[in-house]
Amino acid sequence: MTRRVAIVGVGYSDFRPATPDVAFHEMMFEAAVKAYEDAGVNPRKDIDSFIACSEDYWEGFSIFDEFVPDQLGAVLKPVCTISADGMYGVINAYLQIRTGAFDIVAVEAHSKASDIVNMWHVMAFAFDPIINRPLKMHPYVIAGLEMMKFLKDSGNTEEHCAMVVAKNKKNAMKTPYASYGSIISPEDVLTSETLFHPLKKLDASEFVDGAVVIVLAAEEVARKLTDTPIWIKGVGWCTDTPWLEFRDWSRAVYAEMAAEMAYKMARIHEPAKQIDFAEIDDKFSYKELQHMEALRLCRKGEAGLLVEEGVTERDGDLPVNPSGGFLGVGNPLEAGGLVKILEAVLQLRGEAGKRQVPKAEVAVTQIWRGVPTTSGAVVVLGRE
Amino acid sequence: MIIKRKVAVVGAGLTLFRRRMQETSRELAWEATKMALETAGIELKDVECVVMGSAPDAFDGIHMKGENLADGCGGWRKPYTRVFVGGGTGVFVPIAAWWHVASGHFDICLAVAEEKMSPCHPHPQWAFHTIFDPILSRPLGVNLIWIFALEMHRYMYKYGIKKEDIALVSVKNKANALDHPCAQLAAKITVEDVLNSEVLVWPVQRLDISPITDGAAAIVLASEDVAKKLTDSPVWIEGVGWCLDSRYWTNRDLAYPKYVEYAARMAYKMAGIHNPPKEIDVAEVYDPFDYKELHHMEGLLLARKGEAPKLTKEGVTQRDGDLPINPSGGLLGVGNPIAAAGLMKVCEIFWQLRGEAGKRQVPGDPRTGLAQAWGDLMQIGTVIVMRA
Repeated sequence: MTRRVAIVGVGYSDFRPATPDVAFHEMMFEAAVKAYEDAGVNPRKDIDSFIACSEDYWEGFSIFDEFVPDQLGAVLKPVCTISADGMYGVINAYLQIRTGAFDIVAVEAHSKASDIVNMWHVMAFAFDPIINRPLKMHPYVIAGLEMMKFLKDSGNTEEHCAMVVAKNKKNAMKTPYASYGSIISPEDVLTSETLFHPLKKLDASEFVDGAVVIVLAAEEVARKLTDTPIWIKGVGWCTDTPWLEFRDWSRAVYAEMAAEMAYKMARIHEPAKQIDFAEIDDKFSYKELQHMEALRLCRKGEAGLLVEEGVTERDGDLPVNPSGGFLGVGNPLEAGGLVKILEAVLQLRGEAGKRQVPKAEVAVTQIWRGVPTTSGAVVVLGRE
Repeated sequence: MIIKRKVAVVGAGLTLFRRRMQETSRELAWEATKMALETAGIELKDVECVVMGSAPDAFDGIHMKGENLADGCGGWRKPYTRVFVGGGTGVFVPIAAWWHVASGHFDICLAVAEEKMSPCHPHPQWAFHTIFDPILSRPLGVNLIWIFALEMHRYMYKYGIKKEDIALVSVKNKANALDHPCAQLAAKITVEDVLNSEVLVWPVQRLDISPITDGAAAIVLASEDVAKKLTDSPVWIEGVGWCLDSRYWTNRDLAYPKYVEYAARMAYKMAGIHNPPKEIDVAEVYDPFDYKELHHMEGLLLARKGEAPKLTKEGVTQRDGDLPINPSGGLLGVGNPIAAAGLMKVCEIFWQLRGEAGKRQVPGDPRTGLAQAWGDLMQIGTVIVMRA
């Protein structure tokens, strides 16, 4: 029961808001080749299992799993699709290796959001078809409502949310794969167009295209492949409820429960002290605050204060989203979790260049599946 | 390869298989889930994680269908994951549930598969149209029956198989289904009935093909210690295998499903099976079309290439034959709610190995069983080997 699992290779394609020059399988190929090179593995000989993460409606196919194997070097191999974020794929790869039946597993997820001409309609298809869809609401109405309830209950403010946006977009200026880096002030956010009160245009992340591949290996194999294996110390994931009518609108219960599971496994009792930096879901600015509290990186109601005091800056005591998060990198749909893990791996290896955080021994990564879901995952990574 | 932890199936549940069920997708999933929990003697609070499977979102017209179905599958405030390998999903759900438990992280995992095909208008085949490449194939207006017709034709041509021999599968499975309480298309038919039924895409005729179905299935998996506490007759999952072939179906050998063979070899190796036809006592082989049962028997190494029709003709695959295939009635008889149909097969093996299959029970106290499904674009094989 003690078979440890490490990340031994990461690779990503160019992340851009639009990629008319490449098809999804070309992006996947690029990410896969880089990840296999990074890990020093041959997919046809060495990799025992492949996991791709996708949702059919994002792809415009009925069974997207069909289109996965060739460009990953996975033809006639165990390949499957997890219909969820890439972080779920990493968790399942981890579980597969822990059984003892697999030594090396590769995980892929990508976004071709720019191909989706009717994004809001596609997202609205996730609403319950009988109870909610007839209301014909924009999916971000959910985010506006939740933001209002969260701010009211937690005592955080719209200004705190605006500071998160300014911080993340500034961080993204130094991230080579980030598309939405900029130097803006919190006032710019507060004065941007209101989407669904109190949610402003700049509170919401923009979509981006890109692919990420991550290679995981069992301990004995990982030590042979690399001098800097990044260990998976804890995993957790959770679905609260699909019902808009019954969910908790102020707390991210899914993130609380997923974090508890992952922390227990990683023996983390005081996350705020034991974790050096966090890459967490910020599809909307308030979500970063809500998730910081759910992950016990601060006390309830104090996330905004930490942001205000600069604690979550890249050079602060607890850097949050040093990559720039989704607000800075862009929201790559199901590849979101892999972007979080990619950044954490680069930081933990000390390969993050100009955006390297000062202390990087233990990181927490977290993802939420976006509106209207209450599902998410947490992975704790470390150098030891 | 050392699997550290044994995993058992300790409960199973199944809904009626029908077209246009009144229940919503969530309600169907819950009905099967509830039955599985009750037969395992546990409650929802005992379940530590949930794995669910359902085929294309386009059937229900719900984006991220897995999220919408979560509470119907018992996935409320729990680790919950949807896996998806097209038609192979039904047998893949218990495979994914297996690695949840075998990893050592969970003791009780619920595996649920649900499908509601009938809301898809004008016909689910239109959802299948969008499984094809949008540039190369979709402009042809293709659907699934077209390519199965190509495959069936190739299989018949290569081994000189007659339609009469293939029709025997449909006759057998629909007759077997007469004993299945959930069955949608159980019937006493003859080879002539099959040959005289409406031609859909030659050589595929109406009675060669499984129906459109709504339904759900569920099983409960447990680790060794917990399983032994819950039941005196756990059914062990001894081998799992899956394999996906290239997206370019036009480059494949249509006469032989190599990907099924690879998946089977993976499962046999794990289960320590060296002579499948001798060591497998009962098999539930994926049969959405009658020729597919034969095709898959060969891929699973239960028959030599081109010889499955002969075994069928000799009665070897009948419920009282030497190698009973699809004693449940299969997809042709019980129905084909895509993901749920695959898990129905796993449920059947569970009941057969426990001696609980009632009128469908194969004689001779079967000890080792196999369930298999197939999916994506004639591309993936999923195999599970179970022992009493």
